[in-house]
Amino acid sequence: MIPLSWYLIVAAILFCIGLYGAMARRNAISILMGIELMLNAININLVAFWRYITPDALTGQIFAIFVITVAAAEAAIGLALIISIFRNRDTVIVEEVDMMKW
Amino acid sequence: MVPLLTFAIIAIYVRRHHKLSSYLAVAAIFIAWLLSMVIVLGAVANMPHFVEEPAVHLTLLRIPTGATTLDIGVQIDPLTVALLFMVPTVCLMIFIYSVGYMEGDPRYSRFFAYICLFTTGMLGLVVADNLLLLFICWEVMGLCSYLLIGFWFEKPSAMWAGLKAFITTRIGDVLLMLGMVLLYTQTGALRFETVFSGVEHVAETNPNLMFVIALLVFGGAVGKSAQFPLHVWLPDAMEGPTPVSALIHAATMVAAGVFLVARMLPIFVVLPAMPALAWVAAIGAITAFFASTIAIAQDDIKRVLAYSTISQLGYMIMALGMGGFVAAVFHLITHAFFKALLFLGSGSVIHGVGTNNMMEMGGLRKKMPYTFWTFLIGMLALAGVPPLAGFWSKDEILAVAFEQNTVVWVMGTLAAFITAFYMTRQVCLTFVGQPRNKEIHAHESPRLMYIPLVILAIGAALLGLLGVPADFPVLGPLLGNNPFHRFLAAQFHQWHYVHLPHVSFNASVMLISIVMAGCGIGLGYLLYGRKPLEAGQRDPLERLGVIWTVLRNKYYIDEIYRATVIRGTIALATMLFRFDQRIIDAIVNLVGKLTERLSYVSRLFDTYVIDGIVNGVGRVTSAVGQELRYIQTGRVQNYMVIVVISVVLLMGVFLYM
Repeated sequence: MIPLSWYLIVAAILFCIGLYGAMARRNAISILMGIELMLNAININLVAFWRYITPDALTGQIFAIFVITVAAAEAAIGLALIISIFRNRDTVIVEEVDMMKW
Repeated sequence: MVPLLTFAIIAIYVRRHHKLSSYLAVAAIFIAWLLSMVIVLGAVANMPHFVEEPAVHLTLLRIPTGATTLDIGVQIDPLTVALLFMVPTVCLMIFIYSVGYMEGDPRYSRFFAYICLFTTGMLGLVVADNLLLLFICWEVMGLCSYLLIGFWFEKPSAMWAGLKAFITTRIGDVLLMLGMVLLYTQTGALRFETVFSGVEHVAETNPNLMFVIALLVFGGAVGKSAQFPLHVWLPDAMEGPTPVSALIHAATMVAAGVFLVARMLPIFVVLPAMPALAWVAAIGAITAFFASTIAIAQDDIKRVLAYSTISQLGYMIMALGMGGFVAAVFHLITHAFFKALLFLGSGSVIHGVGTNNMMEMGGLRKKMPYTFWTFLIGMLALAGVPPLAGFWSKDEILAVAFEQNTVVWVMGTLAAFITAFYMTRQVCLTFVGQPRNKEIHAHESPRLMYIPLVILAIGAALLGLLGVPADFPVLGPLLGNNPFHRFLAAQFHQWHYVHLPHVSFNASVMLISIVMAGCGIGLGYLLYGRKPLEAGQRDPLERLGVIWTVLRNKYYIDEIYRATVIRGTIALATMLFRFDQRIIDAIVNLVGKLTERLSYVSRLFDTYVIDGIVNGVGRVTSAVGQELRYIQTGRVQNYMVIVVISVVLLMGVFLYM
């Protein structure tokens, strides 16, 4: 059987890729995709921990479903925001959308 | 039934203060008169029973005052009934008269409002069943007298007279209040019945205190009834309109003092030797004699009457002082009638002539016939000519005096003589001979004014017959054996310690008083009537020299007061003022200055310390914000970097710990 640590390693790698995407990409859609990656990395963690440590309780799975739901909502809102920004400013490059600073 | 009607009377009074029109005032007093008459007739018709169980009570108001409650109510007993007969009748006449007399006055309706309140005060006083209500009504009258005497306040003399009346009577009021408070502390009650039952005990345990209380209560009466030495306000009260003079002098104000003493008689007689009563008699006798002498030398038609009022009140007080309760009340009632008559008559004269000075009058008999004849009846009644009212009542007082105290009797008889004399002088100066001032064209007053005169004259003439001594030959039994006496004598029968001397008819006393009155009138006629004064002629009495001057100046009482009491008061006030200025003010200023210094220090503290802290906080916050704003780049990814770095740092810290 595949040990727990493998899952965790995969999840960590996935998280780091997502983090990098969210922090380094300039395109807002790419940032959104990075965030999705991080959320999915966490989902892997949750399900893995559930399966290996507390298989009797349903909390891990439920929590994962919650996260998926939140991720879906987040993606919808994020995409809507991005479309709105694009309509107003003709760009999805986050560095060009910086009117909110001092 | 009787108390119910009394309640109705009072309700009417309360209602009618708001009525300003004279007709409403007259209507109101008329209703009051009717109700009073119902009470009086009810009491008289029911006499044997009423005399047995005289006091009828009705509690109107209960005021809880801590441990005890205070009942305010009315009481109907023979004394009340007697006054309920007199007060509304005389007041009604005066009200009707005022309608004519005050015609055209700018403050016409105000006048009626005042006299209504005044009458209410008097009636409330009469029916009161406790000292508190009595005192309240007493003060209401004091206030109204001030307002009415100073009614023509454009005249400085009227203003000062009002002030003088108010302050002088106030001295008496303070004494009365002290007496009241002492009585309350001793007996624990203010209701007459309870008080009278209680004083007997007080008299046994603490006779000196009882004496003081009686004197204090009497002090109230002295002020109100203008007895020596507080009589000075009354002649000055002549500055008010004449109906007011009549109201004050005849029916209400001064009668209140006599009424008070009559009502409170048990507390005077409760001590075995009756020392307080002796004082009452002495003051009364002195006043009676001394005021009558002043009246001789006055020129002002109303002032003569004022001094005569003081003198007659002296009679009543004197009678009370000798236990002649019935005689005093009898004289109070007859006096109210003929003195109201005289005042209204003199008002009519003033109305027709336009001056108060008798030296400018004369020869008015033909021009003012109604006034003359009614005035003459009033004068004869006052002088004590039989069979008019004043004769019977005055004679009863003198009979009491004769049995009790010869000195008092002599003074009273002399006063009667002088009274007859000065009243003759007044009538002769006013009505007989030729007008001394050719510029005055007198005319008879309107009917509205002389009809009350006629009614009062009838009262003054006939009222005395109610009190003819029972053993007077023929007339006594014929008139029902002195019904007035029998009616009133039961007033105090509940209190066994009250022994009123029984006065029997004394022919010699009566004869002497008739002779005295005759002499007085004769002498007056001799001096003034036989050949009336011509214009510019001097008063024949001026030949008396020094005595004339002294009398003319009213024994210099006003001047003495000015030199002693008033100057003393002013000196004391000045001293207190200095004390205030030097010491109190200095302390106040010192405190003020200290406070100022303290507040200066506190201000410095505020400016530099408190404000410094507040400003410092603000400044620091703003500086920090200035630096921190650079973090706010507006780039989401920068924030994220910060978040990640922070998380990593925190995780490091967490793991390290």
